[in-house]
Amino acid sequence: MTPALRNAVALAIVGAGLAGVGFGQSWSLALAVFNLCLISALMSLAVNIQWGYAGLFNIGIMGFAALGGLAGVLVSRPPVPAAWAAGGGGLFIALLILMAAGGLALALARYMPRSRMRAAALAAVVLAGLFGAGVFFDPAVDAIEAVEPAKTGYLGGLGLPIILSWFAGGLLAAGAAFVIGRIALGLRSDYFAIATLGISEIVIAVLKNEDWLTRGVKNVTGLGRPVPYEVDLQRDPWFVDLVAVLHSRSLEALSGEAHEAALREFAVQSSSLFVKLCYAGLFLAVLAVVFWLSERALHSPWGRMMRAIRDNETAAGAMGKDVTRRHRQVFILGSAVVGVAGAMLTTLDGQFTPAGYQPLRFTFLIWVMVVVGGSGNNLGAVLGGFLIWFVWIEAEPAGLWLMQALTAGLPEGSAFREHLLASAAHMRPLVMGLILLLVMRFRPRGLIPAGGR
Amino acid sequence: MSFLEGEAMTGGYGGADIIRGCAIAVERGEIAVIVGPNGAGKSTAMKALLGMVRLRSGTVRLDGEDITGLSPQDRVGRGMAFVPQTDNVFATLTVRENLEMGAFLRRQGVGETMERVFELFPAVRENRDRPAGELSGGQRQQVAVGRALMTEPAVLMLDEPTAGVSPIVMDDLFQRMLEIRGAGIAILMAEQNARQALAIADRGYVLVTGENRFTDTGAALLANPEVRRSFLGG
Amino acid sequence: MLPDLVNAAVLLGNYVIVPGLAYAAQLALGALGITLVFGILRFANLAHGDLMAFGTMATILATWLLQAWGVGLGPLPTALLALPFGIVAAIAAALAADRLVFRFYRRRRSAPIVLVMASLGVMFLLNGLVRFIIGPGDRQFTDGERFIVKAREFKRATGLAEGLSIKTTQCLTVVVAAVAVFLLFRFLQRTRTGKSMRAYSDNEDLALLSGINPERVVLIAWAIAAALAAIAGALYGLDKSFKPFTYFQLLLPMFAAAILGGIGQPVGAIVGAVIVAFSEVTVTYAWKKFLHYLLPGPWQPDGLAQLLSTDYKFAVSFMILVLVLLLRPSGIFRGRVL
Repeated sequence: MTPALRNAVALAIVGAGLAGVGFGQSWSLALAVFNLCLISALMSLAVNIQWGYAGLFNIGIMGFAALGGLAGVLVSRPPVPAAWAAGGGGLFIALLILMAAGGLALALARYMPRSRMRAAALAAVVLAGLFGAGVFFDPAVDAIEAVEPAKTGYLGGLGLPIILSWFAGGLLAAGAAFVIGRIALGLRSDYFAIATLGISEIVIAVLKNEDWLTRGVKNVTGLGRPVPYEVDLQRDPWFVDLVAVLHSRSLEALSGEAHEAALREFAVQSSSLFVKLCYAGLFLAVLAVVFWLSERALHSPWGRMMRAIRDNETAAGAMGKDVTRRHRQVFILGSAVVGVAGAMLTTLDGQFTPAGYQPLRFTFLIWVMVVVGGSGNNLGAVLGGFLIWFVWIEAEPAGLWLMQALTAGLPEGSAFREHLLASAAHMRPLVMGLILLLVMRFRPRGLIPAGGR
Repeated sequence: MSFLEGEAMTGGYGGADIIRGCAIAVERGEIAVIVGPNGAGKSTAMKALLGMVRLRSGTVRLDGEDITGLSPQDRVGRGMAFVPQTDNVFATLTVRENLEMGAFLRRQGVGETMERVFELFPAVRENRDRPAGELSGGQRQQVAVGRALMTEPAVLMLDEPTAGVSPIVMDDLFQRMLEIRGAGIAILMAEQNARQALAIADRGYVLVTGENRFTDTGAALLANPEVRRSFLGG
Repeated sequence: MLPDLVNAAVLLGNYVIVPGLAYAAQLALGALGITLVFGILRFANLAHGDLMAFGTMATILATWLLQAWGVGLGPLPTALLALPFGIVAAIAAALAADRLVFRFYRRRRSAPIVLVMASLGVMFLLNGLVRFIIGPGDRQFTDGERFIVKAREFKRATGLAEGLSIKTTQCLTVVVAAVAVFLLFRFLQRTRTGKSMRAYSDNEDLALLSGINPERVVLIAWAIAAALAAIAGALYGLDKSFKPFTYFQLLLPMFAAAILGGIGQPVGAIVGAVIVAFSEVTVTYAWKKFLHYLLPGPWQPDGLAQLLSTDYKFAVSFMILVLVLLLRPSGIFRGRVL
């Protein structure tokens, strides 16, 4: 098969799968799956930029996605003035102390000669800074979290449109990537991987426990939307008229009460579809822009240099290319895109649930997408994102169906049967592990290899 | 026919051929030395004999048997020992453990062999309980040779054993080579210090760009005016 | 004044030293496996946490079976009797993974990162298997006598205000880990095979030139790493509880311990584990009461005097990891600089 044909086939398979869900289950569900496919594709594209362009093995994707989600809260929620009044000042002082201590520590590290004295002074400054900040931080946090804990208990956000959080999420993730890149890039790739794994666990721990910032496991619900609400649409004359026109054939036969009821029913269905379509449009636009940019980058002189570095780091280093600095650029760019995708996901969910971030779902699944797509291949990464998200979604019902078929012969209520049925949910990691290993082994360049490079 | 011989060896590390039609041979109880300018393929020729370089054509025979298709490990099992130029000791293991690892394939007589190595290199005995990585360059080289001797080899091959050691250590090492030769072992060395190496060599090979340029006894090569002018600096 | 000092010491023993030692022992066994695989196979095995979970799961299943048969060890947990079964299961899993997955890439001499990625796939598979067989929930499987020293009895016997309690599982952890480590070191230092493994880890090419069989070395490395993983996992589960996800999270402190000690250095893994474990425990311990015993009234802290909440214990391993990477990437014992 030629690459073009192969791409077409992959696209057709995903399309057919979605159509199958649409006809078999419902179009609303198919669109929901499609929207998550788009976000997955964006994350997969981002990781592919890191892996395919620079060979960076980032297994902290979850952390960057969660930072994007955090941006959703910080940008869109209204500020809580009472909480700011109660603890804002204390937080500010704590921050100042920390910054002062950090600055002093940096200055010491730079200007004092390397000695035991310097180490002791550094340790003292850091400890004093932490302790001093704690004195103001702890009471401030207690005060903030005491402000209507059932409803707020946190500082809130900026009260801006949530779509801005997509940029903010990218910036937050890029900032985190900058810090981690400073520390861990330039070391061996295994160490880098472990460091990213660590930072992502810590990000999640912070989001779960710093209630003053994120409400922690109490979650933040009811985030704003960049698209209309279903109930508003159903009341909006132009939308109802549109629905009436679209369904005029089935409505014609009806009159009076029945006509009204049917129209309302159609409006409810259509509004849900319309909202999902709006999201799909927005996501598609972001995906298209990022895809276009990364393709441009890949075929620019910069991209050629990145590939040269990837193919032979030593030679590129010898030619005077600052390999670590290039890697840092790519790492920050890719992480920023993951942050954008994370913010988009939180926007779509309409809520921020720190406990929902699982490494299996947010880190390792993305890696399966990238491997299936083929490293360094943008289109492959996107298609891999679609394909694998679809498999991930369908693995559970498929597993359940399989288990039911397998255990049909066992007596009703048998403990073994019950166990197998209950375990069907865990088919997902099994299937994903198998896909990853099989593709790596038998199709090391991915199912959708890049054409003509 | 010699004990170990490579005939018309052509090959390299995947890219262009580094040795071309190269012939090297060494007899038991003999020292053969490969010399030549940088990049002449001295090490490559030796590694080809050990099977660490893929040959496109040519044969390697050990004791009359064709071993061209054997892996380096199999050749080690048949009595060929090799001392690499760098990283030639287990740095974190003690000297004694280094020697034990040399004798990994043998079950009997390890103690006697070790005793002989100790007699050959008294410094090795003195440092037997220290990690090999802590020793000086010359002592480390002795441990490396000792490890190779622990296999009770029929052929001992050394890749530039005197690179980076002082002249005194070099002279000492060459003296030991003469003693090892006395035990009936075939010794093959690739050497940068051509003059000193040819002085102890029974056979000398001068390689240039992967081909044999001169082949003769060590003494004859040292006396050859053309060799002196081109390769020994007058 | 003196009783205050003794009380403070007992308090420290009860909340820092005893739990810290047990945790250090568990981490050390895990970190040893990681450092061994790293030293011999030269890649970071991300599946190690899930291999631990797999071995522990097998141990739990065998424990249940033994309990159903009414077989027990009296005051000791039945799981101790079931542990060999868990070890065998873990070894089988590791060897199967090597045959079916890792050997292929090893023979092709693939870049280490490819092996790391493959270990990701193995991690997925093991994780799925464990959750499929035993479920993702929390499980307690210890039985027998719960305490060797009970806090109340300790207080009655000594007349101190503070009690010291030592759980059977804590004591068992330290003893079993000590035995395992002793056997491992004897094996590595004294036996021909053990020395050949150290030689292979030190200098692969020279090991091949000495006639050391790489496949055998790899096989034994996997077997030892898996056995240690099963022991570590079972002890951790006995001491705390078994939950598959917790075992995945142990990866970070275990890697921190292995890298801190120096990759490929067994002694380093143990020292690293002790440092990581005690840093975690001391940083997350609330020192308020301890300081109240020792400091005069006006100096006593009002707050908990806790540097970090226990939710951030992973941050401690991470900080250690970062510091090592920044200051001394080869680790305390000068392992391989990777």
